[in-house]
Amino acid sequence: MPAAVLPRLKQQSVVPGFGPALGFTLFYLSIVVLIPLGALALRAAGLGWSDFWQLATDPRTLAALRLSFLASLGAASINVVFGLLLAWVLVRYDFPGRRLVDAVIDLPFALPTAVAGIALTSLYAPNGWVGQVLTPLGFKVAYTPLGVIVALTFVSLPFVVRTVQPVLQDLDRDVEEAAATLGATRRHTFLRVVLPALLPALLTGYALALARAVGEYGSVIFIAGNIPYVSEIAPLLIVIRLEEFNYAAATAVAALMLGVSFTMLLIINLIQAWSRRRFGHGA
Amino acid sequence: MALEASLDIHPSVAAAPWRSPTAESPAVKWTLIGVALAFLGFFLVLPLVAVFVEAFRSGVGVYFEALVEPDAVAAIRLTLLVAAIAVPCNLVFGLAAAWAIAKFEFKGKNLLITLIDLPFSVSPVISGLVYVLLFGSQGFLGPWLARHGIEIVFAVPGIVLATIFVTFPFVARELIPLMQEQGSGDEEAAISLGASGWKTFWLVTLPNVRWALLYGVLLCNARAMGEYGAVSVVSGHIRGLTNTMPLHVEILYNEYSFSAAFAVASLLALLALVTLSIKSFLEWRHADGLKAVRGH
Repeated sequence: MPAAVLPRLKQQSVVPGFGPALGFTLFYLSIVVLIPLGALALRAAGLGWSDFWQLATDPRTLAALRLSFLASLGAASINVVFGLLLAWVLVRYDFPGRRLVDAVIDLPFALPTAVAGIALTSLYAPNGWVGQVLTPLGFKVAYTPLGVIVALTFVSLPFVVRTVQPVLQDLDRDVEEAAATLGATRRHTFLRVVLPALLPALLTGYALALARAVGEYGSVIFIAGNIPYVSEIAPLLIVIRLEEFNYAAATAVAALMLGVSFTMLLIINLIQAWSRRRFGHGA
Repeated sequence: MALEASLDIHPSVAAAPWRSPTAESPAVKWTLIGVALAFLGFFLVLPLVAVFVEAFRSGVGVYFEALVEPDAVAAIRLTLLVAAIAVPCNLVFGLAAAWAIAKFEFKGKNLLITLIDLPFSVSPVISGLVYVLLFGSQGFLGPWLARHGIEIVFAVPGIVLATIFVTFPFVARELIPLMQEQGSGDEEAAISLGASGWKTFWLVTLPNVRWALLYGVLLCNARAMGEYGAVSVVSGHIRGLTNTMPLHVEILYNEYSFSAAFAVASLLALLALVTLSIKSFLEWRHADGLKAVRGH
């Protein structure tokens, strides 16, 4: 049977091993990712529409989802501005320690989130290095929604830098020279020539940062204080419901978040497809 | 010389240092660098420094005591065990997936690539939750597993599964773009010269992708050892049995044993620093071998 099906499924090749490699890939993918995610989808579907709606619109759930999304939007926005700045500085300028700075950017990818969480909490607690300075000024960061934003800014920091950096590197300097020749000021050139070319990469980085921040758990729960309706994030609510053995509620919140994550994944793919058509490169 | 004199350059213009029309003034440049470095120092370097300062706050004796205490040793051992299972599994998967995707043309390839990246867009908590829903006592397979006395959730197999889930794409996503770029010309040549499929793989393909493979394994390992959210959901937090290093950090921290918590955390921070160093070294010395890696 494979001999009859495979030629239509794939093009002929002298390289062997297509069957076993694809077979193993699909098997492993199904066991580890697809079947478990399918179990979640099945559970959510099994709740029925009215139960699901009731669980999803529970005030505590809504408050947690709102905090997760607003704080993630805040963190991603901070990182768009500073990510662009960092990418610009790393690509365009030469300064002592540039290679080290470039390496440090990936720290949030490498540092376990629980470690980041307790480190940030110790810094921003009222008696911490930063908290000591901010508390007298009236800023409470640790154990408030502000703390959530700080933690999410930390974990989503590399995304914008790493999406903008390669695009900026490949950007043709000729167009900037042309703009300068035509009398544009540097500021004008940046706003009208450079920024539009970086827009797809910035949007992709923003969406990636947002997606990461919305699902983040480890770094947030230490600094947030986790007060229901105030500083309780959606992933934490899933854990709390699970610990109460309220699997239905945990499933409902998880299904909602998963739906949003996949929508964002789709948007990222659309941005990249659009960017390839418009600019000839993926963001 | 004569030309310069004849041009009669105005002194104020001649005195100003020449600046490229596509460069910023030094003042702007150094301000931007200053602001960027200040942001980085404040948000990334300061927390890292805090980990080590807090770890040694109560002295070196307390630090090492926290690391050799039996529960800490058990946590370190479990973390190493989990990584030792999860990373090779994902390594084999990454090679198989990249081989199928890069060396052959088939329908549904783009969908497959999207599905492989899927675990990165799932919250770690949900990555753990799906296994509880599948294997937990109220899960689909729970009753069957209980009858046969098999423990997955709240035991080591669950921790391994959750870790495999969150580190699933790392190796595959480094290899796929690189192997797609390299094409299958080398393999076709080897096979037409009479090499077997395995021989071609070991002697041609693997050497071609070794740096990207190492890069993927490095990132996979860092995440496997440091994963907290997914593991915390499926672990059950039994000291000495199902506690990994990040979970041990959490327990110590919540018991207000701050110095001990930061001592264990400092080991994980050290792992992160070693990972970053090797990663930077690979990017610096073997950029060609990673070519397609940049910009993920």
